[in-house]
Amino acid sequence: MAHGEEEPNHSSTTQNHQPEKEDGKFNAKKVILEHISDSHEWHFFSYPSEGGYNDVALPLPCILYNDVNGFSFFLFNKLHHGSVDGYSLNAEHHIGRSDGEGFYDLSITKNVLAMMISSILLIWLFRTAAKGYTARPNQAPTGIQNLMEVLVSFVRDEAAKPFLGNKTDKYLPYLLTVFFFIWINNMLGLLPGGANVTGNIAVTTTLAIFTFILIITGSRKHYWMHILNPPGIPFGVKIILVPVEILGILTKPFALLIRLFANMTAGHLIVLSFLSMIFIFAQMSPIAGGGISIFSVAFSTFIYLLEMLVCALQAYIFTMLSSVFISEAIVEHSHSEEHH
Amino acid sequence: MVHLLSILFLAIDGFAQMGAGIGAGLAAIGAGIGVGLIGSSALESIARQPEAMGDIRANMILTAALVEGVALFAVVVCVLILFL
Repeated sequence: MAHGEEEPNHSSTTQNHQPEKEDGKFNAKKVILEHISDSHEWHFFSYPSEGGYNDVALPLPCILYNDVNGFSFFLFNKLHHGSVDGYSLNAEHHIGRSDGEGFYDLSITKNVLAMMISSILLIWLFRTAAKGYTARPNQAPTGIQNLMEVLVSFVRDEAAKPFLGNKTDKYLPYLLTVFFFIWINNMLGLLPGGANVTGNIAVTTTLAIFTFILIITGSRKHYWMHILNPPGIPFGVKIILVPVEILGILTKPFALLIRLFANMTAGHLIVLSFLSMIFIFAQMSPIAGGGISIFSVAFSTFIYLLEMLVCALQAYIFTMLSSVFISEAIVEHSHSEEHH
Repeated sequence: MVHLLSILFLAIDGFAQMGAGIGAGLAAIGAGIGVGLIGSSALESIARQPEAMGDIRANMILTAALVEGVALFAVVVCVLILFL
């Protein structure tokens, strides 16, 4: 009743349904999960109107492929009216097929769009800085170059060079990309209305897989010798140590991805939980809601500031540990001579 | 005896949630002890050699992030219990 038959392209549409209040109670779990998980529309805010709430959300294109029917393209809000091409929303608001066939979901979801936006932002930022070096060669840096120089030399001198040594330049592009990508996405996720990109385990898994590929493709023989035949270890211990080392090849990138995912998701969860407490207490009495809101907003602000530190810190940790693992594989450490 | 077991099975959802809560609490204790040890030894070494403060601070932050990563494994497992 709040929208007619028009389907405007790439503009927000209003839906009339009840997002947060179901049977009169504030459903904190649903609100929090909606904020930290991916979705096929970018929800900005809801305002109350007669009969429920109006959502202001940007519907995103759904790109679905089925072996039988081929590709289907449509905006997500079409699925609110009914089923499209056999796809419909099931009980948990996920896309499903009524005939139970499998399909591939290649949609542009909120996280994909957020990654595109942050990639464009990163490209623009670094192109601007790089143009300064070609336009004014051998002169002092101006403008954004100053900031970029500080950050890039920080990554190179603290995270890359102590471990990679003279192979730094080969891996520095990857390390810089990962550092700035994670940092920018973490920060953009903190904005109200931002998307929780690095809290999506698929994104962090992909980043960890990239590091894993770099470790494996760059590994020298001595790396495998150290894993399968560690020098200077008595034989009895070696039987236990070698399976642990073999598993360690996989657990190290796994720890990278879990660390980033859990830190980001936990931060968002804490902030959202504290803010939801206001509404939970307000259900009991408005005075309790008002009283708790002072404490809750103060604590949320503190956690928010801590989250800003954690964003940069987790980006640095990911980059540094990637460089440590890559250096283990490629650099011939001289400590092996001490064992003999 | 059978009645007791069936009563226990009725409550198994609650047991899972209790286990998740206790697990997350234990993880917090572990993280607290670990980061506390790191901080105390970092402060002690800064007191012994104030000119190494920059190096020590960088290593302290790095080690703290690693220890917290392990605690977050446990938290992720507890959250999986609740939601899966």
